[in-house]
Amino acid sequence: MQVKDLLKRLSEAEGASGYEAAVRDLVRQEFAQYVDEIRTDSMGNLIALKRGQVAEQSPRRSIMLAGHMDEIGLLVTKLEKGFIRFSTIGGFDLRVLPGQEVTVHGRTDLPGVIGMRPPHVLEKAARDKVVPLDELFVDVGLAESELGSHVRVGDIITLQRPFAELANDLVSGKAFDNRAALVCIAGCLEHLTAMRHTWDVHAVATVQEEVGLKGALTSAFGIGPDVGIALDVTHGNMPGVSEVDTVKIGEGPAIGFGPNIHPLMFSRLVQAANTFEIVHQTEPIPTHSGTDAWAIQVTRAGIPTAVVSIPLRYMHTTVETLALTDLRRTSRLLAVFIANLDEKFAQQLGLEQLNA
Amino acid sequence: MLLKELSEAFGVSGHEDAVRQLILNTVRDSVDEHRVDALGNLIALKKGDGPSRRKVMIAAHMDEVGLMIVHIEKEGWLRFQPVGAIDDRILLAKRVLIGDNHLPGVIGVAPIHLLDYKARNQVPKRKDLSIDIGVSSKEDAERKVKPGDYAAFDIAYAELGGQLRTAKGKAFDDRAGCAVLIELLRDRYPFDLHAVFTVQEEIGARGARVAAHAIAPDVAFVLEGTICDDMPKKRDVSPTTDLGAGPAITLMDRSMIADQRLVRLLADTAEKRTIPHQFKQPGRGSTDAGAIHLSREGAPSAVVSVPVRNLHAPVSLLSLKDLNDTVRLMRESLYQLTELDLSR
Repeated sequence: MQVKDLLKRLSEAEGASGYEAAVRDLVRQEFAQYVDEIRTDSMGNLIALKRGQVAEQSPRRSIMLAGHMDEIGLLVTKLEKGFIRFSTIGGFDLRVLPGQEVTVHGRTDLPGVIGMRPPHVLEKAARDKVVPLDELFVDVGLAESELGSHVRVGDIITLQRPFAELANDLVSGKAFDNRAALVCIAGCLEHLTAMRHTWDVHAVATVQEEVGLKGALTSAFGIGPDVGIALDVTHGNMPGVSEVDTVKIGEGPAIGFGPNIHPLMFSRLVQAANTFEIVHQTEPIPTHSGTDAWAIQVTRAGIPTAVVSIPLRYMHTTVETLALTDLRRTSRLLAVFIANLDEKFAQQLGLEQLNA
Repeated sequence: MLLKELSEAFGVSGHEDAVRQLILNTVRDSVDEHRVDALGNLIALKKGDGPSRRKVMIAAHMDEVGLMIVHIEKEGWLRFQPVGAIDDRILLAKRVLIGDNHLPGVIGVAPIHLLDYKARNQVPKRKDLSIDIGVSSKEDAERKVKPGDYAAFDIAYAELGGQLRTAKGKAFDDRAGCAVLIELLRDRYPFDLHAVFTVQEEIGARGARVAAHAIAPDVAFVLEGTICDDMPKKRDVSPTTDLGAGPAITLMDRSMIADQRLVRLLADTAEKRTIPHQFKQPGRGSTDAGAIHLSREGAPSAVVSVPVRNLHAPVSLLSLKDLNDTVRLMRESLYQLTELDLSR
C-alpha cells in the first residue's frame, strides 16, 4: 500500500457529512483487499471484518477500529443575483473561508470560489473584521439567468485543495481530518494479513462524525465489539499555538489518556509501542476527546475504548499538514497491538464471556 | 489559451522576469523592435502603416501582488511581508509557491478548536502569520529559502464556462490587460504603437513612469483588470463594475481624470460598433495611467479595464466575453484614433 498515494486520493475525494458515498467507494476498494467481509450499514458506515484465528478454549473476541470518512462542508441556502448563499456543515472557521476554491455539487459538479468584497471598496474597520457568513458568497461564474438550472437550494459544496508535498515527508491538503486515519487503518489491515491475530477486527469508516459522532454511535451498537479504538487527528505543533496545546508533528502517533479512554487500553498501547520500538507520544485528553471514541465508549453496556491520534497542523482548514511517517507508525502500532490481544487481556478488562 | 499561461506565470512586483519572458516569446514575431529597460519594462514597437506621426503608448502591467520572505524563525517558519496591497483577510489557509524553484508552503492558522470566542472573531494580523514549508529548523529552511525570496499564490487557471464564459485564476490584475495588449499587437495600425508591459505597478506605477518618459507618447491607453464588486450587499451600493457587462471605461479614479476626448472616442466607438461597455464607478483604484498622464509635459491618457471579481485575492474571476469585448473596443477605437483632434 502506498501511503502517500492513498492519502492523496482520499483527501481529494469529496464527502461532506451525510454525503460520504464517494469516499466510501474508495475506502471499500482499499479495505476489500485485506478483509473477509465488507458491508455498509443503514447509516452509511462502511464495516469491514477481518476474522481472527480464535485460540483454543477461548471465546471469540473483537476490536473495532473507527476512522471517520466525512469532512466539514457547506450547503446551498439561497441563490441571489447569480451568487450562492450557503451555510456550514460541521465546525467551520469563518476566518479561513474567503478566497477558497470549492466544488458545488449541483446537477453537475461546478468549480467555484468563495468571494467577498475587495478591500479597495471597504472602510478600514471592515477590513479588520472577520467576514460574516451573510457577506460571503460562492461564485461559480454563471449568470443569474442560468444559475438556477445548475444549482438548487440544498446542494452540497465541498472545499477544494489539491494534495501537495512539502519538505521532509510532510504533506498538505484538505480533509486529512480524518482521511489520514483511514489510511492508517488500511495500513494496519495490510500488516495484519502477514500476522497472526486471534481477535476479529472490525475496521469501520464512520459517517457524520463532524456533526456529532453519529456514525460511530450506530456502528458500535451494531457491531458490539469487546474493545474499540478511535483513530483521529490531533493538533500538532504550529506557529502561534502554545506547546501546551499540541503534540509534535513527526514524532509518532499520540496515544490519548483521560476519562474517554480505558486506562488498560492506554497502557497496553504504550506497552506495544515500547516493545516494538515505535516512536510515539502521549496526549492528555481531560474531557471530551472530540472523536468517535466519545460515542463508542458509552455504547450498549459500555466499551473499553482508546484514542490514537495523528499529529496534524491547521485542523479544519484546506492546508492541513501532517508527516507521512506518523501514518506508517500509526498503522504498525495498531497492527502489533491487535496481534498481541489475547484472552488474558480480555480478563483484565473484565469482559464478559458471552461467547465462550 | 494564453491567459492560462499568463495567469499561472509568477511575477510579483520586482520579479516579473518569468512573465516578461513568456510575453516576449509570444510577441517577438509580431513586433518590429523590442527592448527591456533599466527597470525591467518590456517595450515593443509596432511601426505604423499610415501617415500619422502620432506615438501611441499602450501599457499593461506584468506584476502581481504577492509576498516576500523577510525572516526565518528558529523553528523554520517563514515570516513574510506583503508586496502590494494584500488583504489580511484572504491570507489564511492558503498555499503559496516560493522562489524560482516554486517551493510549496502553506499559510496555516491556529485551529478554531484552540481559540476563545474573541480570537475566533478577529482576523489574525499578518505579523502573526508565517509560511510552513515542512522543515523543523532554521538551518533546514535556509537550505531551501532565503529572506528576499518572493512567494505567489498557488492557483491553477480554469474556465468555468456559462453565458459569461468565466475563468478563474490568479493575477488577472493585470494579466488580463497583458492578454488584451498581446492581442492588439497582432494588428498593424496607422501610427507607431509602443506596447509596454510594465513592472511594479502594484507598488506605485514605477515602471510606467520611466517607460512613458522614454517613449514620450502623444496618447496613452492603459489596459487593466479592475474592481468588480457586483455581489449582493445589504446596502444597494455601486458594484464599481459588473461582470459580463463589457469593458469598463474609467472616467476618474484615485490617480487621474481620464482625458475626456479619449473617453468620448471609446464610448462612441462602443456605441457605433455595438460593443458592450460600462463606465467604472469613479474614485476607486489607481493605475499606471496615473504616472503616464503626468509624464514630461503630460500625455492624454485613458484606461480600459476587464472587470475582475476578487481582485488582489488568490483566486479571481473574469469573463472571457468581457476580455474579447475589450480587445474589440480597443482595436476599433485605435483605428479611429487618427481622426481624433488632440489639439488644445
